Amino acid sequence: MNTTQVQTGAAAGGVGRSIWVRRLWPWLVAVVIAMLLPLLVTSNHGLTMISHMGVMIIFALSYNMLLGNTGLLSFGHAVYFGLGGYMAMHMLRYIEATGFGMPLELLPVVGALGGLLFGLIFGAVSTRRAGVVFAMISLGIGEMVTASSLMFTGFFGGEAGLFGNREAPVSLFGIDYGPGRNVYYLVAVWALIAAVIMFLLRQTPLGWMANAVRDNPERAQFVGYSPQMVRFFQFVLAATFAGLAGGLFIVVDEIITDETVGMIQSGLVLLSAYIGGIGFFLGPVVGAVLVVFLESELSSITDAWLLYFGLLFVAVVMFAPQGLFGVAYQQVMSWRAGEWVRSFHARLYATSAMLVFVLALIAVIEKAYHVLRHWNPQEPMPLFFVTIDATSMVPWLVSFAVMAGALAVFFLHARPLLRRALDSGEGA
Amino acid sequence: MSQETALALKGLTKNFGRAEIIRGVDLDIKANERHVIIGPNGAGKSTLFNLISGRLEATSGTIQLFGREIDGLPPHRVNRMGLSRSFQVTNLFQNMTVMQNLRCALLWSKGHKYAFWKLVNSQQEVTERAEELMERLNLTAKQHVPASLLTYAEQRALEIGATIASGAKVLLLDEPTAGMSRTEADDMVELIREITTDCTLVMVEHDLGVVFNLADRISVLVYGEVIASDTPEAVRANAAVQEAYLGTEVH
Amino acid sequence: MLETITFSLLNGLLYGMLLFMLSSGLTLIFGMMGVLNFAHASFYMLGAYFAYTMGLYTGFWVALFLAPIAVGLIGAAVERFGLRQVHQYGHVPELLFTFGLAYVVEELVRLFWGNTPMNYRVPEALDFPLFSLFGTNYPAFRVFVLVVAVSMFVGLYLLLKRTRAGLIIQASLSRPDMVSALGHNVPQVFMWVFAFGTGLAALGGVVGGIQLVTEPGMAFMMGPIVFVVVVVGGLGSIQGALIASILIGVLQTFALSVDWSLANLGMVFGYAVPPESFFATIWYMDSTRIAPMLPYLLLVLMLIFRPRGLMGKRES
Ligand SMILES: Nc1ncnc2c1ncn2[C@@H]1O[C@H](COP(=O)(O)OP(=O)(O)OP(=O)(O)O)[C@@H](O)[C@H]1O
Ligand SMILES: [Mg+2]
Repeated sequence: MNTTQVQTGAAAGGVGRSIWVRRLWPWLVAVVIAMLLPLLVTSNHGLTMISHMGVMIIFALSYNMLLGNTGLLSFGHAVYFGLGGYMAMHMLRYIEATGFGMPLELLPVVGALGGLLFGLIFGAVSTRRAGVVFAMISLGIGEMVTASSLMFTGFFGGEAGLFGNREAPVSLFGIDYGPGRNVYYLVAVWALIAAVIMFLLRQTPLGWMANAVRDNPERAQFVGYSPQMVRFFQFVLAATFAGLAGGLFIVVDEIITDETVGMIQSGLVLLSAYIGGIGFFLGPVVGAVLVVFLESELSSITDAWLLYFGLLFVAVVMFAPQGLFGVAYQQVMSWRAGEWVRSFHARLYATSAMLVFVLALIAVIEKAYHVLRHWNPQEPMPLFFVTIDATSMVPWLVSFAVMAGALAVFFLHARPLLRRALDSGEGA
Repeated sequence: MSQETALALKGLTKNFGRAEIIRGVDLDIKANERHVIIGPNGAGKSTLFNLISGRLEATSGTIQLFGREIDGLPPHRVNRMGLSRSFQVTNLFQNMTVMQNLRCALLWSKGHKYAFWKLVNSQQEVTERAEELMERLNLTAKQHVPASLLTYAEQRALEIGATIASGAKVLLLDEPTAGMSRTEADDMVELIREITTDCTLVMVEHDLGVVFNLADRISVLVYGEVIASDTPEAVRANAAVQEAYLGTEVH
Repeated sequence: MLETITFSLLNGLLYGMLLFMLSSGLTLIFGMMGVLNFAHASFYMLGAYFAYTMGLYTGFWVALFLAPIAVGLIGAAVERFGLRQVHQYGHVPELLFTFGLAYVVEELVRLFWGNTPMNYRVPEALDFPLFSLFGTNYPAFRVFVLVVAVSMFVGLYLLLKRTRAGLIIQASLSRPDMVSALGHNVPQVFMWVFAFGTGLAALGGVVGGIQLVTEPGMAFMMGPIVFVVVVVGGLGSIQGALIASILIGVLQTFALSVDWSLANLGMVFGYAVPPESFFATIWYMDSTRIAPMLPYLLLVLMLIFRPRGLMGKRES
């Protein structure tokens, strides 16, 4: 099912040095990447983006404590993110107003406590059941909290939201949190701490029983565990980490609006975790990075970015339910098994066919947006290094022909070829 | 053998809709007794186990475990009071390995509860006990194999292993040897005999060889009623049993 | 007072009937296929947009019939080439698929029709006041909506109770495993149920788009409410959906129009919370601000205390 489970089993036999090295290097790589990233990304926009990635990584990992580990599909996880953020924001404003001595580094903890508090309250009513009932309750709670932002404008700050100044609190280490880079490092450190804790949580008795309850709640009962309690504890922990992410979020943005508790935010974290792959610890990390990147960069390149986003998600659900990380993992496994040697050409062929199809599809979508949404469709349109007139027939015919051709090649030739290449290996 | 009552059923009934499946069962099972329940297919043996273990709620009647009422309690509460059961249809954590299945079965009884501040791997006691069990079940070689990939007999062995792991005071085993080869079954019976020297066993079994070999007492369940509950010799001699069961069913 | 109550009741009934049209299809789909179709309100939106655009060429009356059929066919295609593929992975991926679909449909609508609301108007033939109450004219179109909704309910009811297809659907609403036992081609049945359900949603959109609004956010706005109706009404129960729709419609309309708060209730008993106390915010909260929350409160309470809903025969 997932990598860590296999590892835990293996480690039980003899814990050697090499196992520790093997287990630690991904973390070391993560630390190095996180520390070096600001050398590459120096613009304010970029620093904000990578800070958001850190926040989203925590948020998506906390989401996967529910969906991946416990099998609980939540449509309202942003509630804990947003409310945690609001708690932290109120604390920040309190510090600003009174000079209270809480350092900025610990502000996310206030968010975590907020998540914990609301996790306890809403978890108690929603984890009695799993499955679709749980999903619907989470949706209902999400909508209720969203609606209550209209009722309690004092707490939520109304339409405009609430502002704060992250330079008001003191710093534990005397760091100036004016520059985005320093804020990024704060996010990175918290993200690493949170990720390590969430990783370890999977290996605790609760983490194991969460998997057990996900797979077979009945059997879990017959070894002494109440599925409801297991779900409840997991839920509360997940809400706590979501609150932590929310607390960090307000440090980065210095503003929070009621959108952070809403459906869109809840949907975003679901998309992130699922696109990355819920069966793997690193899946949500990959998903979070990708989603924030697309949200931040794609949106400035094309109007169609939300459409691409939706299509990507639908494609993952349909063709790669194991997520992008899962796909990569499978490829690495099959490469190790030596399957690549005999199927390399077939793979390359099939992938190229699919890639051509996707590029042609992008061309069609971009042209459609140009023709239908641009204020002047006649204006020449840059597309893949060429400039075309989107209102003339030719580019459209070319795109559709390429799409149809690529599909035909893929289904009629490339895929059968790939299948044969893989089968021949099994026979041998 | 002590005379304390481990499990006492009084006037137990269970209806599914209008079908009366358990029709007033009274049964006293003494502590440390090996009690085997026999009866034709569909007699209600598994249903009886489901009632005792809390998987189903009784329509009427009471169940006492060491003098404490357990009817109406959820399965995990019954389990924590020292009653553990296996299933006729294998019921495991299919995605988990043999080792993981056994450890999950051990966690609660070793007092780890919902702990999220310690790692499963560093619980030596759990690991050792799990390894011991695997050794005994001949599953050591397969310890990293997911349950879903085991052979049927291995799954059955693991099912029993997960049931006995916690060292419960009362064990309910539902046809533990079904589907096993002769030697596998003999080994299983030997294991069951070993582990039940100081606990109470209630077992459903069709193989009469096993039954008379293992049982201290035998109860015969026919159409949801216990028609006899006695020592093996007395049951063998019981005319009603011979007519209702032994005479008609040949195993 | 009497005036407010009468109009609130009428408008609540109207809104409820719109909700019913929107959600009855989902009740069928959910009850039978177990698919909580997140994109259901998207088909409602497509219904409104299709009817608007078709109406420009054919007039409202033709569009009233054509738009639901067109949307139903799209629904069939979605089932055939999307859902069926995902079905093998289980219910959660199915739910996620429809979730993603809702995004895609909204973006496509924005692409083709733009971000601004459509000028989708009441057809001329129905653009007159039907009667007047307390000096206020009551538009004929609203009555038309009621008539469409009621005939839809009656039609569905007869279809389910009186026809062979209906009996098959009914059988599988209570026992999904039974359909295959009846020897019918299950995937085929599912596809047509999905098409039919989405078509019903589209019909709701054809009239709802006029009555409420036709804009890209309409699906997102109505989506969660549809779930409330289906869950509160009970799995697979058309009558339950009707009752739940009206209940929610009336409840929300009343909360919006009477503008009460707990303080009003307190005054009846001669009690008031001091304005500076901690509970004052809640005590003086007027019902218009509570209104959006009510359906979801109902949903959560229902799921906690009676997960099978008002009229459901089995649990979700
Ligand atoms: N959940 C249920 N709903 C309805 N009927 C049930 C249910 N569970 C069991 N039954 C019925 O109760 C009767 C007894 O079943 P049970 O499984 O207890 O028999 P058994 O004695 O264990 O038989 P076997 O030797 O085949 O295991 C059967 O007729 C069965 O069909
Ligand atoms: Mg049985």
